[in-house]
Amino acid sequence: MELKTPLYEAHVKAGGRIVPFAGYLLPVQYEGVIAEHLAVREKAGLFDVSHMGEITFKGKGALASLNHILTNDFTNMPLGKVRYSIMCYEDGGVVDDLLVYKFGEEDYYVVVNASNRHKDFEFMKAHLLEDTEIEDISDSVAQVALQGPNARKIIGKLMKEEDIPEKYYTAKRDVLVGGINCLVSYTGYTGEAGYEIYTANENAEKLWDMLLEAGKDEGLIPCGLGARDTLRLEASMPLYGHEMDETISPLETGLDFGVKMSKEEFVGKKGLEERGEPKICRVGLKIIDKGVLREHQDIYVGDDKIGHTTSGTFSPLFKTSIAMALIDKKYSDIGTVVEVDVRGRRLKAEVVEMPFYKRER
Amino acid sequence: MFKNPEELKYTKTHEWVKEEDGLYVVGLTDFAQDALGDIVFVNLPGVGDEVTASKAFSDVESVKAVSDVFSPVSGKVAEVNEAIVDDPALVNNDCYGAWLIKVSDVTGTEDLLDAKAYEEFCASEA
Repeated sequence: MELKTPLYEAHVKAGGRIVPFAGYLLPVQYEGVIAEHLAVREKAGLFDVSHMGEITFKGKGALASLNHILTNDFTNMPLGKVRYSIMCYEDGGVVDDLLVYKFGEEDYYVVVNASNRHKDFEFMKAHLLEDTEIEDISDSVAQVALQGPNARKIIGKLMKEEDIPEKYYTAKRDVLVGGINCLVSYTGYTGEAGYEIYTANENAEKLWDMLLEAGKDEGLIPCGLGARDTLRLEASMPLYGHEMDETISPLETGLDFGVKMSKEEFVGKKGLEERGEPKICRVGLKIIDKGVLREHQDIYVGDDKIGHTTSGTFSPLFKTSIAMALIDKKYSDIGTVVEVDVRGRRLKAEVVEMPFYKRER
Repeated sequence: MFKNPEELKYTKTHEWVKEEDGLYVVGLTDFAQDALGDIVFVNLPGVGDEVTASKAFSDVESVKAVSDVFSPVSGKVAEVNEAIVDDPALVNNDCYGAWLIKVSDVTGTEDLLDAKAYEEFCASEA
């Protein structure tokens, strides 16, 4: 049985088309994926991402535990900073990708994918070092994402200027948004500037309504999972279960920046070393023929199968199909033309630079 | 809530069909276009291709997903609607005007529903 987020009734009332996703009932779209996608690129969109998981790490051993369990390095991380990391199995396959927030020397907040939450928590517990307490607080936390070029202006109407996190990948906790206690993070999964706002479940609907009201004149509309997926794909952001999973190493899928092999040790370091230099890599594809690339489609050069797509869609911004793929490194040069088996038709596509979309700063 | 014009016949796979000047005109229903969402690509057969009742003759891609389109009749493709190849959103905007193909030399049809029966079928699916 699927769970409802605290915003479920709001979605139904607003005409959201509800689908089961990662164990939750969430809106896939309201008005339409293209309209919602373009609203985020041009103005602003509001997403319910309450399904995401939140796990706290506290105590004298918190830093050592995070450095041991995760691939990134959290030593000397400033307070209020957010850092992306991978969590690897011993063999170097990916357990999950996640964000780590630091709010105190012994006080960290970790945000994980909804579908991996229970698995992640068990894995963390099993590898925890001493003097660390972890807690899965997901069920009491709601999260909304306000994304788009007008996000700053909208949130500015509801917050004190000094409470708004200024830099990308920083966050502030216990700040007021329209009088509601929130954690406000300058992060997102769309390729646009914006905020991810965490609050207690009971405040979620009020926060949602206030944000929509504040954004009414700034073109803000509620957006569903459909647009979330097309936006992250244009921004070439990886998604667990697509660009990475337990069989794929972070080094094979272009996430080296989140893996610090220079660290003395961490779970998966040995496995990553044993795997050696990756033979595959993640590339961006843009279709040349007519059609739409989707996930799990085989890719060929001549008769050689060189890999498969991991995510694919029609890009509402570029008005053509784009995909991410894991392919044999030898064919990964920009401009290489490959063929993708799209439901029995071989369609030509070209290896292009990622990200497909990068906002102007 | 979905529009199903009286003069058309329908399939359980959400295509509509009508006879016009000896040809069978085929398109997607309001229910189908709504379920698909923003349609971005329509892959149509060529003129002269054979289509078979209850068999796929086209696929339609929306941003979210791909879906087969099944032929309500068996026959030969006499015309394809090039306008929707260039602008697939026409199917969302006017699904009963934006036909997909016209079929000639029809040798058979599948069991078609009238508007009322189709409406009841859709209600039972929802």
